[in-house]
Amino acid sequence: MLRKVLYIDLTSGESFIQERQELFEDWMGGTGAGIKLLQEECPSGTDPLSPEAPIILSIGPLNGIFPVATKTVATFKSPLTGELGESYAGGRLSLAMRFAGHEAIVIRGRADRPSYISINDSKVEIKDATSIWGIDAQTTGVVLREHETGVGRRSIIRIGPAGERLVRYAGVVVDTYRHFGRLGLGATFGSKRLKALVISGTEHVDVPDARRYKEVYNRLYKTAVQTDVMEKYHDIGTSVNINVLNWLKGLPTKNFILSSFPEGEKISGEMFAEKYLFRRLSCAGCPIGCVHIAALKSAFSTHHEFEVRKVSYDYEPIYSLGSNLGVESAEGILQLIDVCERTGLDVMSAGVVLSWATEALEKGLITTSETLDVPMQWNNVEGYSRALENIVTAPNEFYQALARGVDYAAEKYGGRDFAMALGKNEVSGYHTGPASIVGQLVGVRHSHLDNAGYSIDQKAAKKPMDPERMVDELIREDNSRGVFNSLVGCLFARGVYTEENIIDSLGAVGIVKTGEELQDLGKRIFEEKYKFKVQEGFDLSHVRVPKRFYETVSLSGSVTPETVEEMLRIYRKKRGWS
Amino acid sequence: MNRKVADLAGAKDETEMEARNPSTPEKEALRLTPEVTEAAAHKPKMRRRLKVAHPERCIGCLGCMFACSRIRRGTVSLQDSAIKVQTQGGIEGDFRVVVCRGCMDPPCARACPVHALEKMPDGRVVFHKDLCTGCGKCEEACLVGAISLGKEKMPIKCIHCGACVDFCPHGVLELEEVPVSGG
Ligand code: SF4
Ligand code: SF4
Ligand code: SF4
Repeated sequence: MLRKVLYIDLTSGESFIQERQELFEDWMGGTGAGIKLLQEECPSGTDPLSPEAPIILSIGPLNGIFPVATKTVATFKSPLTGELGESYAGGRLSLAMRFAGHEAIVIRGRADRPSYISINDSKVEIKDATSIWGIDAQTTGVVLREHETGVGRRSIIRIGPAGERLVRYAGVVVDTYRHFGRLGLGATFGSKRLKALVISGTEHVDVPDARRYKEVYNRLYKTAVQTDVMEKYHDIGTSVNINVLNWLKGLPTKNFILSSFPEGEKISGEMFAEKYLFRRLSCAGCPIGCVHIAALKSAFSTHHEFEVRKVSYDYEPIYSLGSNLGVESAEGILQLIDVCERTGLDVMSAGVVLSWATEALEKGLITTSETLDVPMQWNNVEGYSRALENIVTAPNEFYQALARGVDYAAEKYGGRDFAMALGKNEVSGYHTGPASIVGQLVGVRHSHLDNAGYSIDQKAAKKPMDPERMVDELIREDNSRGVFNSLVGCLFARGVYTEENIIDSLGAVGIVKTGEELQDLGKRIFEEKYKFKVQEGFDLSHVRVPKRFYETVSLSGSVTPETVEEMLRIYRKKRGWS
Repeated sequence: MNRKVADLAGAKDETEMEARNPSTPEKEALRLTPEVTEAAAHKPKMRRRLKVAHPERCIGCLGCMFACSRIRRGTVSLQDSAIKVQTQGGIEGDFRVVVCRGCMDPPCARACPVHALEKMPDGRVVFHKDLCTGCGKCEEACLVGAISLGKEKMPIKCIHCGACVDFCPHGVLELEEVPVSGG
């Protein structure tokens, strides 16, 4: 298997392919190769929205070859946080990259007019996208499907108006329903006048030992479909957690003023499944089918005329646009998710920005003259829809501030104590306790998925853990996820990919690794990421924790600043930082 | 998990067999599963045929396509799969699962100018690799699009082995028994 990087320069319109065997040997692929390429391509202090800022898409050695190795990682400099940007998406992208023969794609420069990139095997074309600039993300997909080849094996990734207008938390929609959501990759696309990228290929992979390959494949496949490890994602899906966390008092509600939502039952995963779920989909190569699609049927006249929209949902959007905004109906949440899908906003950041604004309006930090009379009030779905549209069109200074993230907006208008961001990234839907807070603070991309602090809190609630144990668990997850994310498997399948299974599946494609080597790789990847973060100004000793985290009782009781500080101290010590 | 547990151990493995033993029509004819042999003793004669039993249950995982190319040809490829899962209007639309219908009077075999595809008395269509010129006439002849040229420019023809059935997590596919004549 030749391991190649495709370089595309949008300024000059040129592209070339380079074999980078050593890069992939040393750093595996995925996020390992991604961070090294970012270090190569992104000099210190680069403006994340300048032509110089690179976009790096990478896959790993198992993508397309083994079950549930379905993700692609995007590495970039985040326009939201100004430091490491890293985001993962499923769909068909990793498969299309595999069969096009590129394990990584580096995009640089800025096109002189709206453009999209079309990749067919080694053929790269930069095409005019002027006529689709300004069009929503969904329609863009429809248009490009008509024009491009590779039906059934291609992937189309594109931005909506939010990315074009450089909203700092705009995402990139991948093959409909999947996203590079977090940290603003969509704005990076927009800054390059890059509307979309379409990729397909006709290559195949010959494994060194077909018999061994089939044997390992069967084992992993069996584990994925026949045991419980992925049951949760298959049945009700991640949204099953709405009820669970609501009962346990860990479900952020109304901008974290509460940690349980009295109306939670109405927006539970069970409710969505019962009333709105109409089909499930899978990323290519995954037997689970965790993508839950709801049919949102609404009447647009009194004469039984309906429109039906197909909207995908998960736990996080139900939290951010639901309980977090006090929205009491599944329909309301689906409507708001749909606005984010069309405009191309990250649902999590968008929800947290709106919940801060709602509270700021209540407290009089802003007035209706800032909101342009949009009623940003709990459960006001119409108001929130209009506010989301305004974040994208940015008709005044206030909405421009909202488009830069909650941290920026609170800096300008006040209310930092309830501006729910950690490491400048709007937080995920867990008020589970100290491990969740510390985990998102120290995590390389300030995401709950960096080290799953929320699950450590939940374990600790059953069987108490001291701060040191929690930190140990965070570090272990930080490192091991670095390895898993270099294979770019779906995190839902991390239970399938035990160390033994990783070693065997790598072996089946001719890559020999020991458990020790893998652990070392995880540590090295983490360190390289931190090098980049520190170079771009991130300082763990000066992170801000919104007071609200300490005021609202969490799933593990009240969290004190002392606990968080102590854990950070232990964390720094264990990492060998003074 | 509440669904059909695939008998993965029983998944057919053709690669090794084919590699060591290039197939000939005679061998193809001998390679009957025990059930078929047994059935042969009685009337009417039966054969197995792949069927898309529940197309609307498809989740688009492509597991069947990868199973076909992996198990029959030992490779990771979409093109080398005899079964095809197509999207209609992206994944927002419905999937179309295309499989060989095992026609009684197979147009693909009739279209082949050099008789590389041959209809056997037991109802199967066998492929003689050495005769094939890669002209693609078979592909044109099959309206459903169930036969197409793979990466080596040779037709990829479904042999109704059922390996893909075991890797469909949503019970879309089934193997059915049909009489050798008729059906
Ligand atoms: S490939 Fe097409 S024509 Fe040939 S037997 Fe199958 S369905 Fe019939
Ligand atoms: S029955 Fe066998 S040959 Fe036909 S599509 Fe399935 S795996 Fe391929
Ligand atoms: S394995 Fe089944 S669910 Fe998956 S694509 Fe094939 S037919 Fe559809």
